[in-house]
Amino acid sequence: MTASLLAGAAAGIAAAVQAGTATAVALVAESFRRGREVNAGRDGLNAFVSSDEDLSRALAASAPCGGPLAGVPVAIKDNIATTYLTTSCGSKMLQGYVSPFEATAARKLREAGAVLIGKTTMDEFGMGSSTEHCAFGSAKNPIDPTRVPGGSSGGSAVAVAAGICPIALGSETGGSVRQPAAFCGIVGVKPTYGRVSRFGLVAFASSLDHVGVFGRTVDDAALALEVIAGPDTAHDATSAVRESPALRHVARDLEAMIIGLPREYFPASLSAEMRDRCDRAIAALRARGAEIRHVSLPNTALAIPAYYIIAPAECAANLARFDGVRYGVRIDGDGLVGMYEATRSGGFGAEVTRRILLGTYVLSAGYYDAYYRKAMQVRERIRQDFAAVFASGVHALFTPTTPTPAFRFGERSDPYAMYLSDIFTVTANLAELPAMSLPIGRVTGLPVGGQVIAPKFAEADMFRVAYALEAELGQAAHR
Amino acid sequence: MSHGRYEMVVGLEVHVQLRTRTKVFCRCSTQFGDPPNQNTCPVCLALPGALPVLNGRAVEFAVRSGLALGCAIRERSVFARKNYFYPDLPKGYQISQFEMPLCEHGFVALASGRTIGITRIHMEEDAGKSVHDRFAGYTAIDLNRSGVPLIEIVSEPELSSSAEAGAYLRAVKEILLYAGVSDCSMEEGSLRVDANVSARRHGEQALRTRTEIKNLNAFSNVERALEIEFARHCAVHDAGGAVVQQTMLYDADRNSVRPARSKEGSQDYRYFPDPDLPPLVLSRAYIEGIRATLPEFPSARRVRYRTDFAVSAVEADLLTAEPSLGDYFEVVARGSGDSKAAAHWVMGEVLAARNAAGAGTGIPVPAEALAELIRMVKAGTVSNTAAKTIYATLVAEGGAARLIAERDGLLLVGDETSLRGWVDDVFKENPDEAARFIGGERRLQGVLIGLVMKKSQGSADPQKLSQLIGERVGR
Repeated sequence: MTASLLAGAAAGIAAAVQAGTATAVALVAESFRRGREVNAGRDGLNAFVSSDEDLSRALAASAPCGGPLAGVPVAIKDNIATTYLTTSCGSKMLQGYVSPFEATAARKLREAGAVLIGKTTMDEFGMGSSTEHCAFGSAKNPIDPTRVPGGSSGGSAVAVAAGICPIALGSETGGSVRQPAAFCGIVGVKPTYGRVSRFGLVAFASSLDHVGVFGRTVDDAALALEVIAGPDTAHDATSAVRESPALRHVARDLEAMIIGLPREYFPASLSAEMRDRCDRAIAALRARGAEIRHVSLPNTALAIPAYYIIAPAECAANLARFDGVRYGVRIDGDGLVGMYEATRSGGFGAEVTRRILLGTYVLSAGYYDAYYRKAMQVRERIRQDFAAVFASGVHALFTPTTPTPAFRFGERSDPYAMYLSDIFTVTANLAELPAMSLPIGRVTGLPVGGQVIAPKFAEADMFRVAYALEAELGQAAHR
Repeated sequence: MSHGRYEMVVGLEVHVQLRTRTKVFCRCSTQFGDPPNQNTCPVCLALPGALPVLNGRAVEFAVRSGLALGCAIRERSVFARKNYFYPDLPKGYQISQFEMPLCEHGFVALASGRTIGITRIHMEEDAGKSVHDRFAGYTAIDLNRSGVPLIEIVSEPELSSSAEAGAYLRAVKEILLYAGVSDCSMEEGSLRVDANVSARRHGEQALRTRTEIKNLNAFSNVERALEIEFARHCAVHDAGGAVVQQTMLYDADRNSVRPARSKEGSQDYRYFPDPDLPPLVLSRAYIEGIRATLPEFPSARRVRYRTDFAVSAVEADLLTAEPSLGDYFEVVARGSGDSKAAAHWVMGEVLAARNAAGAGTGIPVPAEALAELIRMVKAGTVSNTAAKTIYATLVAEGGAARLIAERDGLLLVGDETSLRGWVDDVFKENPDEAARFIGGERRLQGVLIGLVMKKSQGSADPQKLSQLIGERVGR
């Protein structure tokens, strides 16, 4: 009974717990049983950096059972602060670190009745697209464990895709929720910048960072986003003064909706299979009543270079606090500077170090105008590209989430090749737009995702498209 | 001296702590002197995941400071990160303002008639404190000060002597005290000064290489340090050498200036807009609303005191040095109807009593009570001597001047019976002096009056007494 409940919708779990036909404690037990079944541990899928069944049972026993997520087991990315378990950001720098305060998104989940079952594996501080840059080992794709689950929120995607929990929190700076969602065959949502408070999300690049959600279905994701969204201006100055949107009651048809296909997202290099899955999804959108329109976002090619200037610049400053002085790792060295050097060289992995160096460089005197200022100008152009398309009457855009399905471990050892796997997702972070990925089928047996991008704060329209597409594709979404 | 050929060029950077109850980006207390690290939270400790949220009161005080110093206030200003590593800087960057500061183009008018330009005033947060001498072999960090709101006031390099630098600092401090934005206490670190100095030939237009002097913990030290450093520049120039741009530290104990060990001056702070804080956008109405609440500033007040209260220039300077003292004086002057006496009282007894009570305490004795006391002196109800006794009682116990005078028998006694009684007693007790006085030795009158005053505890009406004693000569 509890097993089938856990395999079902989050809303169904909450309803059963609210009605008293299931308990949060039993659901937690089932979640851990499922974890063992799929071998989610360190030697297996390695979905979690930290988890503790006794602790989760205790949390479940005291969880409120009247909320919209009553008794729903949830996994939270290891860079979102929780007062239980670690908040180590997948980094040796913060190994074993427990936060004395709780992120707003985590608090809202808890208050809605959700129960934390683990902190998930991630690329160190969110920097990566595969979880290969996690200091505690990478997570594995449950569909094909020889392949990456995507990243950086890979562990959260694995937990949901493997059926351990229906909902998980992730975060993204350039696609770190949508890309692993696509690779693992689930739904991943990045809301509008400011829609969900960043308070408690350990910063990578503040102007691009978002808390996002994973769900097995569009409805699971909608439910989770409804819970965590909303203003939090007392804790996050970039939080938008917008009440949480009603997402679960949007229309399921697409009558009178215009959906744009930006040509830059369907390059000639896209594989025939990938294109075919996209075409099938586009046909499904049409079948639900949408008008399909070809559009252009001409500055798309500049997105990756701009992103890899802005994100490292912000990262270099945001990660300066990890200096060995107050918390986390301290490695002694010769004097103060020696301690700084030893701590930061020893505490950070290669990718984080690379981005800190890059970010420090682009902000240096004499280079600021050439790099950072120019990148910010590019970012503005990318915003304007989207604004022009949406102003022309297009309600939402449809694109593939990634150019390819999940790649093998070690396959993208060249950092730049790895960066390019985010090519279709970074634009929504740069433009602060809501975007989500949902399964649209498989390519060579591996899941691929379709992406819906909407205007700022138009999450309701975005979910309308997603609900319709999910319903129209039915089981085809997983074939 | 050789440096007679040179002119001093000084620009000052003044850091002022704004008088908010809580820090600029979190809600921790700004209380000075609390136990180390008591006033800290995830934000000012820079714990992972914490974010800054701007304190509106700090913005209000910063705008107020800008307006008080004649600045244009930007309706859109931007917070920036100033990046450097130091153990008492928890985030590894200081939130400050760089390209778009809140206030620009201000000025301060000096008493000399010169006007000194203010380049900019920007908001920033304070760092914590490194304590090097508390634990042997260790540096301790106190982050109570981390995140305390500051403004940095940057002057144009237009000050041309150490005395003028001192005058500028006193004027800035006075204006900020009047604006009510800061305590401006150098002892508590709520006002700090860095001085940029260079030397050039008289008449030369271009600026020569400057050095920056830090660790200036009193206005007098600023002046001393400037003289020392200026003399060094002159000597370098005279010897045909080149001044090296660097940071210097003033040592108050040795009264010397030496180069700082770190190459702080050459650091690249890699400023960029802080993505955690949206641009600060202020409406015209908000700014004008603050302008409307600005008080009268000391220069205007001094002019008014001289005309309305007929006090001297020196008195006007003293009375307007602190806004609260001036406010007090005005109430006393109006309430007593005698502005001259009010000025003397405020500059004398009142300041002495306030200083005796210690810094940070308010002015003792309500202004209305002092006004009543002065009215009583004027009306001849109490003597000047008695008034001082009554004032001391007011300081110690509070109460009303008239009631104290009655209770303590300090009202001037003018009725003949009482006066005659005291005079008779004195004459009896001092037969020798009495006889000589009666015999015509008039110079003894003062002595006898003094004795009667003493006997009456100062309550004898001196005029009537003088008359009474005078009548006894030659009797």
